[in-house]
Amino acid sequence: MSAAHGGYYLPDPTKWPMITSMGLFLLALGFTLHLHHLAPGPWLMVAGAAIIVLMLYAWFGQVATESEAGKFDGQVDTSFRMGMGWFIFSEVMFFAVFFGALFYTRILSVPWLAGEEMLWPGFEATWPTAGPAGATYIGPDAHDVGSGQFSSIGAFGVPLLNTVLLLSSSVTVTVAHWALKKNQRGRLNFWLFVTVVLGAAFMYCQAGEYMEAYNHLGLTLGSGVYGATFFILTGFHGFHVTVGVITLTVILVRCLRGHFKPDEHFGFEGAAWYWHFVDTVWVGLFIFVYIL
Amino acid sequence: MTTTVADHHHDEVPKGITRWLFTTNHKDIGTLYLWFSFIMFLVGGAMSLVIRAELFQPGLQVVDPHFFNQMTTVHALIMVFGAVMPGFVGFANWMIPMMIGAPDMALPRLNNWSFWLLPPAALLLVISLFVPGGGPASGWTLYPPLTIQGGMGMDFTIFTVHILGMSSILGSINIIATILNMRAPGMTLMKMPLFVWTWLITAFLLLAAIPVLAGAVTMLLTDRHFGTAFFDPAGGGDPALFQHIFWFFGHPEVYILILPAFGVISQVIPTFSRKPLFGYTSMVFASAAIAFLSFIVWAHHMYTVGMPLSGELFFMYATMLIAIPTGVKIFNWLATMWRGSLTFETPMLFAVSVVCLFTMGGLTGLMMSITPADFQYHDTYYIVAHFHYTIFAGSVLSMFAGIYYWLPKWTGHMYDETLGKWHFWLTVIGFNVTFFPQHFLGLAGMPRRIPDYALQFTEFNQISTIGSLVMGFAQLILLVVVVKAIRGGKKASAEVWENPEGLEWSLPSPPPYHTFATAPEVR
Ligand code: HEM
Ligand SMILES: [Cu+2]
Repeated sequence: MSAAHGGYYLPDPTKWPMITSMGLFLLALGFTLHLHHLAPGPWLMVAGAAIIVLMLYAWFGQVATESEAGKFDGQVDTSFRMGMGWFIFSEVMFFAVFFGALFYTRILSVPWLAGEEMLWPGFEATWPTAGPAGATYIGPDAHDVGSGQFSSIGAFGVPLLNTVLLLSSSVTVTVAHWALKKNQRGRLNFWLFVTVVLGAAFMYCQAGEYMEAYNHLGLTLGSGVYGATFFILTGFHGFHVTVGVITLTVILVRCLRGHFKPDEHFGFEGAAWYWHFVDTVWVGLFIFVYIL
Repeated sequence: MTTTVADHHHDEVPKGITRWLFTTNHKDIGTLYLWFSFIMFLVGGAMSLVIRAELFQPGLQVVDPHFFNQMTTVHALIMVFGAVMPGFVGFANWMIPMMIGAPDMALPRLNNWSFWLLPPAALLLVISLFVPGGGPASGWTLYPPLTIQGGMGMDFTIFTVHILGMSSILGSINIIATILNMRAPGMTLMKMPLFVWTWLITAFLLLAAIPVLAGAVTMLLTDRHFGTAFFDPAGGGDPALFQHIFWFFGHPEVYILILPAFGVISQVIPTFSRKPLFGYTSMVFASAAIAFLSFIVWAHHMYTVGMPLSGELFFMYATMLIAIPTGVKIFNWLATMWRGSLTFETPMLFAVSVVCLFTMGGLTGLMMSITPADFQYHDTYYIVAHFHYTIFAGSVLSMFAGIYYWLPKWTGHMYDETLGKWHFWLTVIGFNVTFFPQHFLGLAGMPRRIPDYALQFTEFNQISTIGSLVMGFAQLILLVVVVKAIRGGKKASAEVWENPEGLEWSLPSPPPYHTFATAPEVR
């Protein structure tokens, strides 16, 4: 029984959230144990992650069913829109921290470190840098790094390709949206599929770049503050792309099953917003991490 | 504001433990938040008594220094993230839908999750105290390099912060969607009760500040375990970067703690002055101004870290500016009481004490905002006195005011006024005995977060410890009052007080399980 209250849909009691929380607890517990090399760590992590994935599947599945059953009116739709919009805002703030750390380091603290001759005599402020005690930077895309040296990924190779991939995927998802609004289901499915493929291609290229960095360029998480900011920014972005691709895939499957109506398809739009957000962050990354 | 009577069908209440585990009802979730907050309040309070016991005499008597440091750290984390924040979210859950005439929160399932993220997070923090190396001992500010060292307790703390942060973000999203999307027809923004306004603004602060903290502790985690050098100068990083990021979160955070409290006070004072709130519009704008300013003053916590002079000056003047909107609020409360027909039931007693004592905290804050002066005050007991006058006498006492104010509405029974007054007087006297002397200790140079001290500080510390015992045990009275009111007592009328303003008073006490199934008309 689900009681509709004056039109606004109020869900019945639900078990998904608190089980998801238990999964999260196991994940955090397991991760901590794993970080300290204690045996049950990985197992707890797998168990926790599995619980979370299953619960989210069930939870979103239920919402999709309710949506298709026509339980949500316009006001519920507005709540969802606000929820998603402000969630993305909080994500913007999350990335802002790492961009802020990058700017602070490059503009203020690295020059200060070089200015204080007392502490690290001879250290010069350059960017990229792995700091006074870190490896030496020898220019971008240098494949012959020796020990104690590191290189970086030049902007106009694969990163440029990645930019093209993501920006065009933003276009294709919009084309898919237009198709949905005109109820052209074939075009919708096609362009959404293209979007997913472009996103997956980005992930493939990015994974290749990481392997290149670790295996040939000497660029790792341990490459001082350059490596730290590089990997935390691109890494969290890559994680968000992965989430975005999974979300879009789910939406694609729902489209193939005939979900969504031309005038009512918040699930699609939420995923598309998220995807545009991920793209925008990439543009920031391309400019501030790769080019400048 | 007059209203039509609400609809009362659909009142089957689910039974048993699953009612609480699986609930999507804003009142049940509000109750869960409030009890969680109260339990955390007692746990954190017990830790503070350990601190005060150790400080009763110079030298080391009760606990060893490492454990002392864990107590100061975990006490603060539990009080800020476990007691005050969830407490006000509990109020928000109970009151916002009833105040704006909504059937429930906008996203009820998410609401359940926001709450049920808290217990696992708290559990992780408590576990940290029992693992090898103990819990976090860095102070609640988690500064590196101290937090880069240390055992797995620190990692538990980091994940605790992550999970609590998720809870806050989801909770804020829900509150924003509820307030912006679920108001009854006629409930325009500028007709909303001030409690709703302050929560709306707080929710935006949370959305902007909490992800920043999450990012900061994530960088701690990678510095600890994955070889990054964000905060390590040897790798080109800077420990002061952490402080900047932490306080970019931290200062808005203190307003997250106080704005809902301002909201509660703005509900209570008019009722017991029998006058409408003075300067409603200026209250709204002052809250918004405080929220905006809170993002550009963070480095007043770091005057001694070695910033350029221009930075010191900017943050000094910006901080002083905050006193203006804060002053507006104090003025409006006083003007509301001016020539009102005042009565002093327990909620009003607490509200008036907040106005007096919080003002003290604001004034010490103003003193500390002066950079050169703060070089003396920084990291002394003066700061400890300041933030207890703001957080305890501001936020916690407001919560008490709110509990006594709405308890008859929630339970349907009047609370025991005599016990309420005992609770009030013991708390407020205990509080002042505990914290007022800390101003003197701080000015005389006693550093905070140290288990031992020089002999000349003894008397004030002893007074402080005695006060803390009184204040601590007085809180058990609150427990008794609440339990008594839940179990029975004089029936409360729908209005409870004399002509209070607001939709919540148009509902019976206790309100039915589902309220405002059809939206009331607000004129
Ligand atoms: C007029 C308003 C206020 C001003 C001007 C002000 C100013 C300051 C300054 C300058 C400091 C740093 C002192 C130092 O570390 O040297 C400080 C610390 C602090 N303030 Fe305030 N404050 C104000 C209101 C508040 C409020 C409303 C709260 C909380 C509800 C609060 C909570 C705190 C806390 C927790 C700390 C210490 C943080 C720590 O180091 O652990 N303040 N305040
Ligand atoms: Cu501050």
